[in-house]
Amino acid sequence: MERYVMFMLKRAQSVLFTQAFFASLLFSAASLTAIPAQADSAASRPTPMGKPVDAGSMVQFVPNIFPTGQGLPSGMGLAKNGAVLYQAQCASCHGRKGEGGTAQELIGGEGPLNAPDADKTLRTYWPYATTLFDTILRSMPPATPGHLSHDEVYSLCAYLLSENGLWAIDQPMGAQELAAIVMPNRNGFIRKFP
Amino acid sequence: MSTFLDRRVFLEQGLRLSLATAAAGALPVSQAQSQDAPPLVSKGVEGIPTEPQAKTDLASQHRAGQAFSNYGMPSVHEKRVIRLIGSNRMVLGNGVSWTPLESLEGMVTPTGLHFERHHNGVPEVEPARFTFTLHGMVAKPLCFDLAGLLRYPLQSRMLFLECGGNSNAGWHEEPMQKPVGSFHGLVSCSEWTGVPLSYLLDEAGVNSKATWAIAEGLDAAATEVSIPISKLREDALLALFQNGERLRAENGYPLRLVLPGWEGVRQIKWLHRLEFTDQPVMSRNETGEYTQLLPSGKAEQFDFVMGPKSLITSPSYGQTLGTRGVFEVRGLAWSGHGAVAKVEVSADGGKSWSTAHIDGPVMSKCFARFRAAWKWDGKPAVLQSRVKDDQGNIQPTRAHLVAQRGRNGYFHYNAIVSWAVDSDGTVRHVYA
Repeated sequence: MERYVMFMLKRAQSVLFTQAFFASLLFSAASLTAIPAQADSAASRPTPMGKPVDAGSMVQFVPNIFPTGQGLPSGMGLAKNGAVLYQAQCASCHGRKGEGGTAQELIGGEGPLNAPDADKTLRTYWPYATTLFDTILRSMPPATPGHLSHDEVYSLCAYLLSENGLWAIDQPMGAQELAAIVMPNRNGFIRKFP
Repeated sequence: MSTFLDRRVFLEQGLRLSLATAAAGALPVSQAQSQDAPPLVSKGVEGIPTEPQAKTDLASQHRAGQAFSNYGMPSVHEKRVIRLIGSNRMVLGNGVSWTPLESLEGMVTPTGLHFERHHNGVPEVEPARFTFTLHGMVAKPLCFDLAGLLRYPLQSRMLFLECGGNSNAGWHEEPMQKPVGSFHGLVSCSEWTGVPLSYLLDEAGVNSKATWAIAEGLDAAATEVSIPISKLREDALLALFQNGERLRAENGYPLRLVLPGWEGVRQIKWLHRLEFTDQPVMSRNETGEYTQLLPSGKAEQFDFVMGPKSLITSPSYGQTLGTRGVFEVRGLAWSGHGAVAKVEVSADGGKSWSTAHIDGPVMSKCFARFRAAWKWDGKPAVLQSRVKDDQGNIQPTRAHLVAQRGRNGYFHYNAIVSWAVDSDGTVRHVYA
């Protein structure tokens, strides 16, 4: 419906432009500043104002990290390093044992999700491990986001996932390993789109 | 028995109704009151009803007034009409502020009272250094500065904007007793003006295999969500102006993505890039949060459209009716699917309904202000409103919504709101 309205509006505009064109012929001396008729739709498109993007400026962006692993940077982390980082950077809000505090619970949570007071935690609810890396890298900790190295973020992921029983504690974690993790609730979502 | 009356009753009787708002603790407006038009008295902040002045103070006509001002502010007497803030004590920039719906009239939300939901504060973005970038699956990655964006044809639309988590206290087991704005006030309505995004998509040449774009803000949470390209082409605006002026910092200055009718979290503030892809990014705000867990244990994801919703803003919790008589029941209705087609009101908890008057103009995906004349007989009543939109969607009862979605859904609560009026004139929130 809205598209139809837009179409009608565009038609109305072109009629106006046509009228302006004939008016400008009749009063050519006085119509130097009149809007000219648009012979085809290509000519009526807005003047393109986009400028080419140099690759350097895009490197500065925080990567969007997809469930396929696309966007994951190189690096490697260990749970034992993550445990130290966690206590220093995360525990004040998420709790010393990840039990939650002023920020959400990160370690624990019991199923099932069809219980009356279901726990929507990392372990029970989150469908992708890549989301954990993406969230930490771009936004954590809130006071100083964007300062953790890629190795540190891998270490935090290894720690949190191993504490949740989803990763072997002494196994190094990199891009391939993280993307390969299948979270328990991977198939728990019904997409309303597409 | 209390009844809804023809709206013309107000005109015929020449009555002037008064409204006092809970947050403002304001004076009843009306000077001349008849027994048929009792004032709707606020408890006020101190809980003491304020009596109307017997006589207008005319002293101001004998004093020189204040000088001009460069930017107008609300009357000094309206200082209590504010956004109430609920934020995380460790991360002050994570939380919300609510639009005080109980204190407002009409359908436009004053810009300074537009609700806020920030994940890590309001960033300071320097306009001279700002660029907006389109990249990923496009023929030509492009960036735009603000001067460039302002060269495009602009479009203005009146649109409501609602947080996906608005009204989530409705899922609570017991009805929450708070003013309507502190319960349902994560929704506001503005005129947004900006560049239709479709122009820029054509310019960059979006790959035909691309189906999603990842939108990202310049806030400290670098908030990012996935948006179907079909919506970006259909009616997305790159908003530069709100209610006629450039965006306020807390509403996304200098650039905000506006997606008519969709949940607020998608409408990224401080928008600085769109990455075109063939898959959603599955960010935290579209997996762990802003998804709706169903009784089955499965959760709904990418439920973008805010459903049909209405609520009575007056009388509402915190207000007290004076003596029995005629009142105007006032409220707001909206739907993310289209335009409000009909609003009905009930004073008996939904057993019988009357059609409310809707102030025009009625626009798609925009607030509509509704009104109904109601004669209160002094007996307990339960006031409700329900909306039907022009796409045939009807606002559900709470019982229906809970039966369908359980109580762990948390997001997209749009059930009928019930206010119980007790015989002493106090107004409570109830589940009916």
